[in-house]
Amino acid sequence: MGAAHGHRLHFHAHSPLHRAPAHLKVAALVTFMLVVVATPHAWVPAFVAYAVVLAALVALSGVPVGYLARRMVVETPVLVFAALLPFVATGPEVDVLGIGLSEPGLVAAGGLMTKATLGVLGSLLLAATTEPRDLLAGLERLRVPSQLVQIMGFMVRYLDVVTDELRRMRTARESRGFTARDPRHWPVVARSAGALFIRSFERGERVHLAMIARGYDGSARQGARP
Amino acid sequence: MTTPVTTPVLDLRSVAFAYPDGHQALFGVDLQVQRGERVAVLGPNGAGKTTLVLHLNGILQPGAGSVAVSGLPVVRENLQEIRRRVGIVFQDPDDQLFMGSVRDDVAFGPRNLGVRGAELDRQVMRALDLVGMADFADRPPHHLSFGQRRRVAVATVLVMEPEIIVLDEPSSNLDPASRRELADILTGLDVTLMMVTHDLPYALQLCPRSIVLSDGVVAAQGSTLDILTDDALMKSHRLELPFGFDPHVC
Repeated sequence: MGAAHGHRLHFHAHSPLHRAPAHLKVAALVTFMLVVVATPHAWVPAFVAYAVVLAALVALSGVPVGYLARRMVVETPVLVFAALLPFVATGPEVDVLGIGLSEPGLVAAGGLMTKATLGVLGSLLLAATTEPRDLLAGLERLRVPSQLVQIMGFMVRYLDVVTDELRRMRTARESRGFTARDPRHWPVVARSAGALFIRSFERGERVHLAMIARGYDGSARQGARP
Repeated sequence: MTTPVTTPVLDLRSVAFAYPDGHQALFGVDLQVQRGERVAVLGPNGAGKTTLVLHLNGILQPGAGSVAVSGLPVVRENLQEIRRRVGIVFQDPDDQLFMGSVRDDVAFGPRNLGVRGAELDRQVMRALDLVGMADFADRPPHHLSFGQRRRVAVATVLVMEPEIIVLDEPSSNLDPASRRELADILTGLDVTLMMVTHDLPYALQLCPRSIVLSDGVVAAQGSTLDILTDDALMKSHRLELPFGFDPHVC
C-alpha cells in the first residue's frame, strides 16, 4: 500500500500552504503556469523570479527538497526531448565541442526545460500539500464538470488497488524466476500490462454494477458533500 | 415449511437466463423467501449463483420467467424502487467501495434516492453504527482492513433500509475473527437475508434454511442441517464439508 496518510505524492505536514483552500491553490497554479508559458524565452530575469517564488513556497511548505527532487523524475521524457532539439532543429548553427548545434534549437530547448521544470515543480508542490480528496472538492468548487471530477475521484480511489495488483503480478512473475532486466523481457511485461488492463476493465464493469445496484442512474446527482 | 400466507419478499418463478454468448446459466429457478427468513443459497462454483443474484435487482433480466420483490415485479419501470428494496453486498468490497471516504460511500445509495443534509448524515451514521464502523467514517476505504471493508460494504446496503439483503460469498477472504464479527453483525440485524456461499459451516451458523443451486436449477431445499447431513445429496452436487467439520455437533 501507499503512504500511511493520503497519497504517495502527498507529504503530511501542517504548513500555511497545506492549510490553504484547495481551489485557491489550483487557481494559483493554473495562473502561474499560464504566465510561465506565456513568458518569452529571452526574459531570463522573469524566469529567475518565478523560480525564486517557487523556491520560497517550497520553503514555506516544509516539504523536503529531496522529496520533491525524487518525484521530478517524471519530467525525464520532456528533458530528453528538449535535449534532442538542438540536433534536429534548423537555422544558424553554433559550434559546441566541435559539434554543430542549431541556435534556435538551443534556445527552444532551454526554454522548454525551464518551463517544464517550473510546471512540474509547481504541480508536485500542489500534490504534496493537498490531500487528493480536498483537491477534488476544490476542483468541484471551481465548477469543473462533475463527470470529470468523478472520473478523477475513481482514479484516486483505484490507483492503490491497481498498483497493488501490479505489484502482486510482479511478485508472482519474480517468484517463478523472471526479472525484467533488458528489452528482450519486454514482451512478458507487456503481456502483464495487458492482463492488468483487462482486469481493471472488468473491475470497472463490476464497480458499475455495484453502483447501479445502489440506485445510480448515470446522472451526476452526487456532487460535493453538503 | 408452512404454506406462505403473506407475499414473499422474493418470488422467483421459472427464471431462465442465457448470456449473450449463448451460455445458459439458469434453467427455470423457482424460489420464495419469506419476510424475516435467513436463507443460504449453496452450490459449487459455476452453478449460477452469482447470475441468480444479479437477477434479484434487475441488473440481469430473465429470458423467461419472472422475479418479484414483495409483490413488485422486477421490470424496467420499477428498477429504482427494486434497488432500494434489494441490497446486494458484492464479493469484492473494492468493487463496492469507490468513494474517497467511508462516509461518502455509505451516503452514495441514499443520495441516489434523493436524501440530503442532516437526514442523510443520520442515516449514514446509523448504518455505520450497526456494523461497528462509526469511528472510521472519515477514513478512505482503501486504508481499512479487508474485514472492515466488508463491514462497510454491508453498511452501504443497510443504509438503504432494504427489505432483503443479499450477500455474495460474505465470508470469502476473511480471517476467522473477522468472519465471526461479521456473523455477529448479520445475526443481530432485523432484516430478511439471503446469502450465496460455498462456506457450508457459515451457512449452518447463519441460515436456518438452505437452497441448493446446481446446474442452473434448484436441486433441493430444506433446513440447512438436513441438507448438510444428506450425504448423497451433498455428493451429487459437489458440496463438501471442510475436513473435521461435523454439522451434528454444532
